[in-house]
Amino acid sequence: MAGRPEGGATDALPTAHKSAAGGMNRALRLIARRALASIPVLLIVVVLTFLLLETAAGDAVDAYLLSIGGGDASVAQSLRAAYGLDQSMPARLWLYLSSLARLDLGWSVAFDRPVRDLIVERLPNTLLLMGSATALSFGLGSALGILAGARPGSFRDRALSTVSLVLYAIPSFWLGLVLSIVFAVQLRWLPTSGIETIASGRTGLARAVDIAVHLALPVGTLALIYMALFLRVMRAGMAEVWGMDFVLFARSKGLSRMRIVLRHVARNALLPLVTMLGLQAAAMLGGSVVIESIFAIPGFGRLAQEAVSGRDTALLTGIIVTSAVLVIAVNLLVDIVYALLDPRVGATERGA
Amino acid sequence: MRTMRRLLATPEGAVGLALLACLALVALFAPVLSPGDPLRIAGRALTTPFSDPAFPLGTDRLGRDVLAGLIHGARTSLAVGLAAAAAALAMGLCVGLAAGFAGGLLDEALMRMVDAFQIVPGFLLALAFVSVVGPSVPVVVLAIALGAWADPARLTRAQVLSVRERDYVAAARVAGMHPVEIAVREILPNVLPPVLALSAIIVAAAILTEAALSFLGLGDPNVVTWGSMIAEGRNVLRSSPWLSIFPGIALVLTVVGVYLLGEGLTRALSGRRAAA
Repeated sequence: MAGRPEGGATDALPTAHKSAAGGMNRALRLIARRALASIPVLLIVVVLTFLLLETAAGDAVDAYLLSIGGGDASVAQSLRAAYGLDQSMPARLWLYLSSLARLDLGWSVAFDRPVRDLIVERLPNTLLLMGSATALSFGLGSALGILAGARPGSFRDRALSTVSLVLYAIPSFWLGLVLSIVFAVQLRWLPTSGIETIASGRTGLARAVDIAVHLALPVGTLALIYMALFLRVMRAGMAEVWGMDFVLFARSKGLSRMRIVLRHVARNALLPLVTMLGLQAAAMLGGSVVIESIFAIPGFGRLAQEAVSGRDTALLTGIIVTSAVLVIAVNLLVDIVYALLDPRVGATERGA
Repeated sequence: MRTMRRLLATPEGAVGLALLACLALVALFAPVLSPGDPLRIAGRALTTPFSDPAFPLGTDRLGRDVLAGLIHGARTSLAVGLAAAAAALAMGLCVGLAAGFAGGLLDEALMRMVDAFQIVPGFLLALAFVSVVGPSVPVVVLAIALGAWADPARLTRAQVLSVRERDYVAAARVAGMHPVEIAVREILPNVLPPVLALSAIIVAAAILTEAALSFLGLGDPNVVTWGSMIAEGRNVLRSSPWLSIFPGIALVLTVVGVYLLGEGLTRALSGRRAAA
């Protein structure tokens, strides 16, 4: 284990444009291989989710009959036959897998609509929410992380580290409630819930502004918490890079501190942050359930909660499978960015 | 003992340990500190905090004592957090040890399983699991563990792979030790430290997940939890925000304590390793 750590031990990273074509090729090869490798994993997810939700006592037909005030056994029977719920389990699993191959996610009994339509309708809201929160927290977090990591052990470093530790310990749903008490209830600056003013008839820029105002609190809540995470990762990465030989070399060359911090230390500490983005994708999707419930945003996470309360097995399965696909996609994206940033990635992977 | 002294020498460790010790004491002595069922109606509804000495932190919509809820909620949060993390670590260690030690097809199969659990959002999985099996404390523990065992499994496997070919393992093999005995007696002790360093993060995440589940109404309805208190207070958020604010502060203090203790432990252990 002794010796130079391999990661980030070069001087500043070679710039991407030197080998842009080669980088693109490597990236494409990488994507193709990763995408292929993720198919069996996805299959495991589908089968396990299906089996888990199969064991549920009572199905969507029970929940539906309960919601309309009950019905006799023959009604239940015909409903089950109509939705294909009366067949044996392996038969239904096969049916599900083969329809999934045609991108058909089944029928939502609770909403009486195709699951795919529901997900396609709700997903953009969540992607907008998560995308804005990620962009904001990544930018702020890495900037503050550079500030903290520029002088490890300084007062500024310790203050930022402490604040970020506390921020990261706050449950997102509680922070959301507190922020809405302050900014929506007390100060009345921002709306408490929803994604836009209902039936306002706004279009174009006015509608965009309306949505932005509605998303300010949920995005702010998520961004604050994830900013703390990115700050900590950036700071820890920088603290590690400071001890490396090439930084000592840069110092001995007499480079200015500012230049060392930005060009050498921060730049090399940025790669773990990109990795973190991929690792956080799943956690963020899971976190959307509570945040969307707090702020009444009709998104993907809220759909999951509605599926649970409606005992809608098909919808819940569809949501879990879709989220797995999303997480795979985000990680592919992160791999591409990584391969473009760091030419060593994928260069040696051909034989592996 | 030396680790303990080192731990207390780091400011993080000292503060974290103090915070968690207080919480653990409160949780242990909850029946003494606040006798009776915390879910019973104790007084007038919506007493404001600091106004009635009988209810220092006020009462909720149904007249339940907020302080009693906080004290008893500490039990649930700590117990569920620790149990879920222990279950996740145990599952992760077993799978990681088996995958790394056996290699070949079993390794491949187990790691694809780990991949599958890593790409499904843990919270969605917990949500689905609790909604299928029904909300009770053991189910919540298992649901949280299901979403958390993949990281320790991956780390354990990586550690096993780096330890497996060392001389002392080869020596044990030559000496005719049974593979299972080698795995448990020779490899496990050397794999454990980095995995345990991960445990603070897992405990903290478990406490937060439990709170979120009970906030959404998927916790055990028969025990008081901080998450369900926040959800209950949300109904009167405009007029009585303190009902949601107090349990949240308790949650933050707990999780901060766990993070600090984890950081202190990592520092104390790495200091020991450097000195050795």
